[in-house]
Amino acid sequence: MRITQGTFSFLPDLTDDEITKQIQYALENSWPCSVEFTDDPHPRNTYWEMWGLPMFDLTDAAGVLAEVNACRKAKPEHYIRVNAYNASYGKQTVALSFIVQRPSDEPGFRLERQEWHDRTIRYTSHPYAADAPHGRRYNGQQ
Amino acid sequence: MTANRPSRNSQEPGSESPARIGFGMSPPGRDPSGSGTSESGASDEAPDEERTLPPDALVDLAKERAETGIDEVFSSLDADLVGLAPVKNRIREIAALLLVDRARAQFGLSTSRPNLHMCFTGSPGTGKTTVAMRMADMLHRLGYLRRGHLVSVTRDDLVGQYVGHTAPKTREVLKRAMGGLLFIDEAYYLYREDNERDYGQESIEILLQVMEGQREDLVVILAGYKDRMDSFFVSNPGMSSRIAHHIDFPDYTLQELEDIGKLMVREEGYGFTPEAQETFREYLKRRKSQPRFANARSVRNAIERARLRHASRLMETDRPVGKTELTTLAPEDLLGSRVFADQDSSPAS
Repeated sequence: MRITQGTFSFLPDLTDDEITKQIQYALENSWPCSVEFTDDPHPRNTYWEMWGLPMFDLTDAAGVLAEVNACRKAKPEHYIRVNAYNASYGKQTVALSFIVQRPSDEPGFRLERQEWHDRTIRYTSHPYAADAPHGRRYNGQQ
Repeated sequence: MTANRPSRNSQEPGSESPARIGFGMSPPGRDPSGSGTSESGASDEAPDEERTLPPDALVDLAKERAETGIDEVFSSLDADLVGLAPVKNRIREIAALLLVDRARAQFGLSTSRPNLHMCFTGSPGTGKTTVAMRMADMLHRLGYLRRGHLVSVTRDDLVGQYVGHTAPKTREVLKRAMGGLLFIDEAYYLYREDNERDYGQESIEILLQVMEGQREDLVVILAGYKDRMDSFFVSNPGMSSRIAHHIDFPDYTLQELEDIGKLMVREEGYGFTPEAQETFREYLKRRKSQPRFANARSVRNAIERARLRHASRLMETDRPVGKTELTTLAPEDLLGSRVFADQDSSPAS
């Protein structure tokens, strides 16, 4: 099951050229970019691990793309996303966030039912990948 | 698994884009989503193929030249920078090569991207930084730098203070310079031969790696004094061979210094009286023979001090002053200098 979170996630995966253009768009709006990765793609997992510090004062997308590629090399079977942060007063939030790499195989989520009092059923979604410990999910690769 | 990803990415634009157009998305350009960019990317490529000229076509280089607006850079180079004939010649040669490469590309001739890393050597105040700024502008106009900004750094910005600090610091500077020009002032400080465990070496290695691997992303200019840069290259032969253009900035002649002074005075909105001009020449002649003479920088400092003396001279007069007095530097403003004091006193004593 394809994980859809962040911008462009319903589109086919972006190519490097397209990623470069999106990063350039963010930089031209003076939104600093950062790269993050995770192997726990639960939709409520908002805090992914940071790949290095956010990159400030960049003018060209090549710098961010170099970090994306470095992260891809180190974490070939992780989800990787690029965040662009709008620091202007009144916004101060992530302005653009999109996935730039996903594992080759995404097993998806199962629905878990929990019986509660008065025959209530509580539902939760559980990623199959999360059954394995951190770092050994997605084909057992780092 | 790594092999899987690029192949999947590469087959997508071809296989997916017709489907996207079929869905009737909003026109490209206004659409901020990925589909808009991919379509505009495709439309960028199509004219490129059309533009490939037949083998018997002719290219008007003068017109190409005019289109890039490179002449503006040259004329401002000539107007603002006095002397430096060898430097200007070399810049013209580089520009010509880049223009010819562009013309060749129009015929579909593959040209490897020229190595544009440079080394500027010369005495202090010979205009290395100024030329680097012009160079960034010129390379941007010729399309060899995507953004054309200048990032000026020294050893402090590249080399860290403790183990493991240097690499991220250098990489951060390189990322900031991507798409533009990285100017490393006093580059010989990066390497300290007396301390083999100095972190500068680590910084040099990362620089070399990027200079070789990401030539299309940035141009590196090293600057420094001639003799110290020479010994820097002796101890770092890899650096020397990766730099294609070693440009030496000659010292200014007396006449050139005078012209620079006049230019600076005019920029500040002042003027010399004819006698002051004579005094200024005499000042330069004496200052030039003294130690720690820093060419144009010394000229600038001399003019700054002359302005100070000019201001205090005006404050001492009781009568009201007009525009002429406010804008004219007289000989006594220059004669108050230590340069004249030393020389006048030494023969007397």
